[in-house]
Amino acid sequence: MTDSPTIAVAMSGGVDSSTVAALLRADGYNLVGLTMQLWNQRRLAGREGMPEAVQGRCCSLDDVYDARRVAETIGIPYYVVSHEERFEQEVVRPFVAEYLGGRTPIPCSLCNNHLKFDQLLITARQIGAERLATGHYARIGFDSAVGRWLLKRAVDSSRDQTYFLFGLTQDQLSRTLFPLGGLLKSEVREIARRHGLALADKPDSQEICFVPGGDYKKFLVAYLAEHGESFPDTSGELVSSSGEVLGMHSGIHNFTVGQRKGLGVATGSPLYVLQINGERRQVVVGGGEQLYSRILHAKRVNWIALGRPTSTLRLGVKIRHRHEPASAMVEAISADEAMVTFDQPQRAITPGQAAVFYDGDVVVGGGWIA
Amino acid sequence: MGSLRRIYFDNNATTPVLPEVLEAMRPYFNERFGNASSIHHHGQETRAAVERARESVAALLGCRASEVVFTSGGTEADNLAIFGLVKPGDHLITSTIEHHAVLNSGKRLQEMNCEVTYVPVDVQGLVSPEDVRRALRPNTRLISIMMANNETGVLQPVEEIGRVAAEADVYFHTDAVQAAGKVPFDVKRIACDLLSISGHKMHAPQGIGALFVRKGTLLQPLFYGGSHERSRRAGTENVPAIVALGTAAEIARRGLSDGGVRQVAALRDRLQAGVLAAVNAAEVNGGGVPRVPNTSNIYFDYIEGEALVIALDLKGLAVSTGAACSSGAIEPSHVLTAMGLRPERARASIRFSLSKQNTAEEVDLALALIPQAVERLRELSPATPAVAND
Repeated sequence: MTDSPTIAVAMSGGVDSSTVAALLRADGYNLVGLTMQLWNQRRLAGREGMPEAVQGRCCSLDDVYDARRVAETIGIPYYVVSHEERFEQEVVRPFVAEYLGGRTPIPCSLCNNHLKFDQLLITARQIGAERLATGHYARIGFDSAVGRWLLKRAVDSSRDQTYFLFGLTQDQLSRTLFPLGGLLKSEVREIARRHGLALADKPDSQEICFVPGGDYKKFLVAYLAEHGESFPDTSGELVSSSGEVLGMHSGIHNFTVGQRKGLGVATGSPLYVLQINGERRQVVVGGGEQLYSRILHAKRVNWIALGRPTSTLRLGVKIRHRHEPASAMVEAISADEAMVTFDQPQRAITPGQAAVFYDGDVVVGGGWIA
Repeated sequence: MGSLRRIYFDNNATTPVLPEVLEAMRPYFNERFGNASSIHHHGQETRAAVERARESVAALLGCRASEVVFTSGGTEADNLAIFGLVKPGDHLITSTIEHHAVLNSGKRLQEMNCEVTYVPVDVQGLVSPEDVRRALRPNTRLISIMMANNETGVLQPVEEIGRVAAEADVYFHTDAVQAAGKVPFDVKRIACDLLSISGHKMHAPQGIGALFVRKGTLLQPLFYGGSHERSRRAGTENVPAIVALGTAAEIARRGLSDGGVRQVAALRDRLQAGVLAAVNAAEVNGGGVPRVPNTSNIYFDYIEGEALVIALDLKGLAVSTGAACSSGAIEPSHVLTAMGLRPERARASIRFSLSKQNTAEEVDLALALIPQAVERLRELSPATPAVAND
């Protein structure tokens, strides 16, 4: 037993990562349970717009308690590691800056890239575990023909999380295990029950973990106030796609591409946010048909299934978490940029979100929509 | 993992109950179970045991038995000393390196319209008696400075601070939780009015402590109830734990004179020298001033102490760093940052705290683990400069 390799399990206190620990333990691995303390919910509690009591799910004492109980139940050592500073620097700050810049960020991907599969993997290796297992719904394979690690969609397509994992490097993939990639969520709960885990029926977490109640606008205000920073004036003009000023808006951070409600102008036909111009603080609005576009520019692209492609590839491209990959031509235009041209125009291509390229179940690569 | 040899170098967190202590307390759970306030035989039996224990504790502290108040531990003893004396409008002088039992009591006092001065420490972690003197105000009621710091083991100049307090005619409390049984002291020489100790830091169980209260010091109690502990601490006495504390105090007193403590110092020095010889870019925090004999706080550049604690624990060696927060994650030590250490150096620091139950063999086993663990951490740490791995 002591001779089998040690695997670190990233334990959030939820049913998925708890089941991972139970499964690997049953397979006879030496395990170490790790929970990342990323954010102190008490920091903003009670500030204007924030709940008095600590409510959010992120790093709550309840979740740590649950994870610790699971570790104890299955008999593995368990530790909480604090990465609050790194989380704030790599996830929370950029989250705030993106909204203030008129984009719609995905903090989960940043957390995966900079915390879970970077800092936590380093910690795991430092303490003697060569690999890290998480409760993500995704699969990893090795393509011996090209000598590359592959990221593949989960068998349970309704749970697939590859959209948030496109940033994984070859080294990270080679050291990562996703034991739930071949399972349905219902099977996972069943396994948890079979292993006597008290949290088998614990509800899934949904919202952004550090934003209580999911109200990101109030979070931005409270966060900046905590830092003694005044909230920047991001108000400006509401303009039509032809540049005609239709009115004023309260701040670009209140808008996201495709949004219809809360524009504050009344016209005959419904208006949507088409574009947010951060520099000029303009929100461009127009009819629903104008939301469709065929082209997107992806930056900070990470190629997984291959090195930087030399030719244009026909791939499925997913532009938000709840979006079916749409057929497109993908061209690498520089070391880390790609141009995507869809066969059919896509609705609300949103800067700040990710564009992830699929070849069937295989994640070929992905980048951030500029 | 059941076969792993476990070595415990975290005795400043808690200590195992000594076998003779356990034996002494055992009859008081069932055979001699009386309420020490009862007038019958059963009560007389436990009353006698409580008072014998009080005498043993008094002998360790150099005070009269009537000046010892049993509490639930060091935290309660500190709270009783502070809240028992300081009232709204009063001023408290304490330091930036105190245990949270004192620091957070100070915070609470500030919410109660009291004034609190936190005197700083120097780079070695020492409070200056002159700083304490300068902090005195007409309304200063109490000075509370610890005797030995829990993280560095650094001994504070409590006798000089006692003189400052006596000259100014203000009360002086010292938290001696980490000093009791490790260094000889006498409340008369320190000239303190109040002194806290904790059972589980000296081989008695968790949940028992004591406060020395100089005769004539009027304390407002924390709890209201019966007239236990001369009305200074209401609540039925925890007889088994009190008996254990008394026995542990006797054993501690013997250890101070029979060389037991010198033996711990030799082990600590062997460990410290071995680590410094085997690991580069490592240094002792507070190593330049007198310390309790069992503690060494060492920083290892380029690592996260948190990861080293875990790595060593997985190899069977229990050490610690900083103070654990409620989730169990580690916060940068307020003690080390108060000493002026950069946050990354504070986070790279590990506390080794031994007891007389440790052996030279354990020290050597630890010395075989530590350099290897540090090297692995540094190999993978983004903070490590290329040359440090040579």
